[in-house]
Amino acid sequence: MTPRRKKRLAVVGLIVLSVSAAATVAFTALQENMLFFISPSDVHAQTLPGDRNFRLGGLVTEGSVSRDNQSLMVSFAVNDGAHEVPVTFQGILPDLFREGQGVIAHGHIGEDGVFHAREVLARHDETYMPNEVADALEKAGTPHTVDMPTTR
Amino acid sequence: MIKMLVPLGVFVGLVVLLLISLPTAEQRRQVSSPLVGREVPTFSLPGLHDPGVSRSTVDFRGQPFILNVWGSWCFSCRVEHPYIERLGREAGVPLVGFNWRDEREDALEWLDQFGDAWTVHMVDVEGRAAIDLGVYGAPETFLIDHRGIIRHKHIGPVDEEIYADLIERIEQMRVEAGT
Amino acid sequence: MIAEFGQISLILALVLATLLATVPLYGAYRNNEALMNLAPSLVTGHFVFTLAAFASLATLFLTHDFTVVNVAINSNLLLPWFYRFAATWGSHEGSLLLWVLMLAGWMLAVSLLSRSSLPKPFLTRVLAVMGAISIGFLLFTLLTSNPFDRILPGPPDGQDLNPLLQDAGMIFHPPLLYMGYVGFSVAFGFAIAGLLGGRVERDWVRWSRPWTLMAWAFLTGGITLGSWWAYYELGWGGWWFWDPVENASFVPWLLGTALIHSQAVTEKRGAFPAWTVLLAIAAFSTSLLGTFLVRSGVLTSVHAFATDPERGIFILAFMAIVTGSALTLYAFRAPRIMVGKGFDFVSRETALLLNNVFFTVSAGMVLIGTLYPLVIDFMGWGQISVGPPYFGAMFVLLMTPVVMLIPLGPLSRWGQDNLKRVVAPLLISMAVAVVGGLIIAAALGAFNLRAITGWIGGLWLILGSLSYLMRQKDQVRRFSLPRGQVGMIMAHAGVGVFVIGVGMVESMTYERDMRFEPGDRLEVAGYTFHLHEVAQVKGPNWIAEEGRFTVYRGDREVAQMRPQKRLHHRGQQVMTEVALRPGLFHDLYIALGEPMRDGTGAWSIRVHIKPYIRWIWGGAVLLALGGLIAASDRRYWKRYRAEAREAAKNTGEAPA
Repeated sequence: MTPRRKKRLAVVGLIVLSVSAAATVAFTALQENMLFFISPSDVHAQTLPGDRNFRLGGLVTEGSVSRDNQSLMVSFAVNDGAHEVPVTFQGILPDLFREGQGVIAHGHIGEDGVFHAREVLARHDETYMPNEVADALEKAGTPHTVDMPTTR
Repeated sequence: MIKMLVPLGVFVGLVVLLLISLPTAEQRRQVSSPLVGREVPTFSLPGLHDPGVSRSTVDFRGQPFILNVWGSWCFSCRVEHPYIERLGREAGVPLVGFNWRDEREDALEWLDQFGDAWTVHMVDVEGRAAIDLGVYGAPETFLIDHRGIIRHKHIGPVDEEIYADLIERIEQMRVEAGT
Repeated sequence: MIAEFGQISLILALVLATLLATVPLYGAYRNNEALMNLAPSLVTGHFVFTLAAFASLATLFLTHDFTVVNVAINSNLLLPWFYRFAATWGSHEGSLLLWVLMLAGWMLAVSLLSRSSLPKPFLTRVLAVMGAISIGFLLFTLLTSNPFDRILPGPPDGQDLNPLLQDAGMIFHPPLLYMGYVGFSVAFGFAIAGLLGGRVERDWVRWSRPWTLMAWAFLTGGITLGSWWAYYELGWGGWWFWDPVENASFVPWLLGTALIHSQAVTEKRGAFPAWTVLLAIAAFSTSLLGTFLVRSGVLTSVHAFATDPERGIFILAFMAIVTGSALTLYAFRAPRIMVGKGFDFVSRETALLLNNVFFTVSAGMVLIGTLYPLVIDFMGWGQISVGPPYFGAMFVLLMTPVVMLIPLGPLSRWGQDNLKRVVAPLLISMAVAVVGGLIIAAALGAFNLRAITGWIGGLWLILGSLSYLMRQKDQVRRFSLPRGQVGMIMAHAGVGVFVIGVGMVESMTYERDMRFEPGDRLEVAGYTFHLHEVAQVKGPNWIAEEGRFTVYRGDREVAQMRPQKRLHHRGQQVMTEVALRPGLFHDLYIALGEPMRDGTGAWSIRVHIKPYIRWIWGGAVLLALGGLIAASDRRYWKRYRAEAREAAKNTGEAPA
């Protein structure tokens, strides 16, 4: 092998090595940081691992929001028309957080079945709704756009 | 040559992925309400032209009606207005205006300019009743049957196609109600 | 009338773009001077009509013409004039128009500034390629997103510009970002023109370098402004969120960074030319991809854009045509591209190659993280999002070697070098960086891994850049240091400033959400925050609750801070206006949460103390300025014939 080809080989080898190393690390990191999106119905249907983080999406149940005025602890319920999950959050809620509106909460499920949110996101404006929330509502099987069967 | 085709291959894969993702995005736009199929919440609100009179959703029991959420600040309401006027003329059922988060003067001025097609208006300044109704934004149009069940909800402005769909659903509700 | 005038201008611009993309190109193919000579006039006309269309839309906004749908939705009578002007590009339609205007501007600049330095057939091909891109965007604007649509009769008043966009940062963020995105179309045009001509030569790589540098500098500025805006406007104090929309602008930046470095190698040594061409195509294509992701709604993002899958299809088709044909051309022509000189394992080529590997892989990582949810969704494995820790971890992993290698690059020789020779002058910097970093971190009470690595890495970059400067002291003394080098030193030192900022912000931020009653005090880090009262105030188109804070350091009053919770009249949107006291070493940051409904008048309030956050943007500004200064290097703007001859002779060590 000529020295020149050797050098080339070294360079190519270096690239292949770093790319494959990066790819391995990347996919491990990707798997670890995948946040699954769940709906209240999912929470009811199965036991979800308590050590994993999820994104819970749905509508804030009307009349469910209560605050502890001293500790800034907020609790509310999120529903998808079929089921409901209690959520607690410590801190300041986003401007657009309102009862009856769509939210996404990041956090994990405690043993008590309460969703402990680290972060709460609300929809951005009057005509926008987080995509996943719309999906979740759809999946929950509430026949929103379909007419109810006629019972006469 | 083969080596040089790799970027093109990667790109084609990317385009295919994005192409199949688009319909999902389309679906996501179909925002829907968990309230459909349930009874319309009962609430009483002041009228628009007649603030002294209290109007309730119960007033319309026994016949189907349309509830249309609007506000003078809402541009899309302006866009759908011609179709709302047609609904008022042609649907044959009461058309209730739900004036949302508006100021009375602005709302009256708006109606003067574009025409008041509604049978009656109720005013929800603070938006409390709107929350009970699950209103996402304006405009929204609800169809409620003679038993007070929300049968359909349309989010966004009404256009020709939606109008035809609404009329069909209203016909159905009228048949059921026997009116 | 004005709307119709704007509409007609747009159509005329489309006609001129179509002519430009065909007639002069045919001229270049047949070597017909007369046809090629049409190009500059067509470019000028195209610019004039695009500008006319843009000016029309701006006028419609300024004069409150609510019969135009776009104006009615994005403006109202109460909106101050500068926001009305900015609203011109605040909507989807308007921002597309801005895109086209920027493209037209870049084309005009290329045709004027490169007229004497580029061979005519080459310049013609570049302009024709850019004209073809303009056709796509003009069609997109006219067919799916016409900003001049009317509704008659119009409403008496409009809705409102999204309150999030009513802000100084937002006036300048999109134009800068687009300057960058669109600017990569120049590098793209050069690459395609080179492939069309059948040759990739060092000459045209040199001619495209200043354009790439400028585009990259603007993109850097645009992203920086976006980060700064998110920091104070979104109200939660972060500076980067790994949001899909941010990632969409970051991928072209990473590839652009790789591109400016690979162009240096190709220009100087003729090495990896095919790769440079591929990067130029990729940088622009990912700009288009970013536009697609933002506009089509395939990804969920905290940025609310009026998304529309129909528009998505259009951009996707356009991207498929542009990038698809570019890559096909590449596949056919790249094997014919010249082969550069070989180089040794220890050489500047290797250093720059490593830069390219790391930056390209980073771009790939960000892209994968951004698109991964689509794959999972498609596979039916559920809906996921990729958490910021993924991006953070990948980035630290990939950028650490970059930070370590940056000072070595400029000091190494082309072709062949010796590691000892390269490292020797840097030993002092290295030692000072490590010791200094440890001492500073300890002195600041920030003795943790992030802050320490931030300081060591940052000092290493700054000192490394300075020691390079010291080696050129003769030139420095005579003020004859080429601007390309000045820019490079500045940019590399800027990375150092940035790294220090990130290390400090990520490890030493004080952050607390707490309950404040009027009269309450919070003492933290030597500061006392005192809330006097919460009062009602009125603005032009909003009313607000305003918290009135006085901040003391010790006994000395240092600031009056007034965070607000605004309620905008139209649409009743609630907005948090944070109160900021910026400082070189730390920012004080207060945001109002919500009132506690317990009759005490208390509020939940968020208080942050952010150390060195200004260094993050300061470093980025140095990067952008460095890029602009480097772009102004005289070498790039010389007449091409003389330069070509000189380049043939020049084989010694030269700056990248």
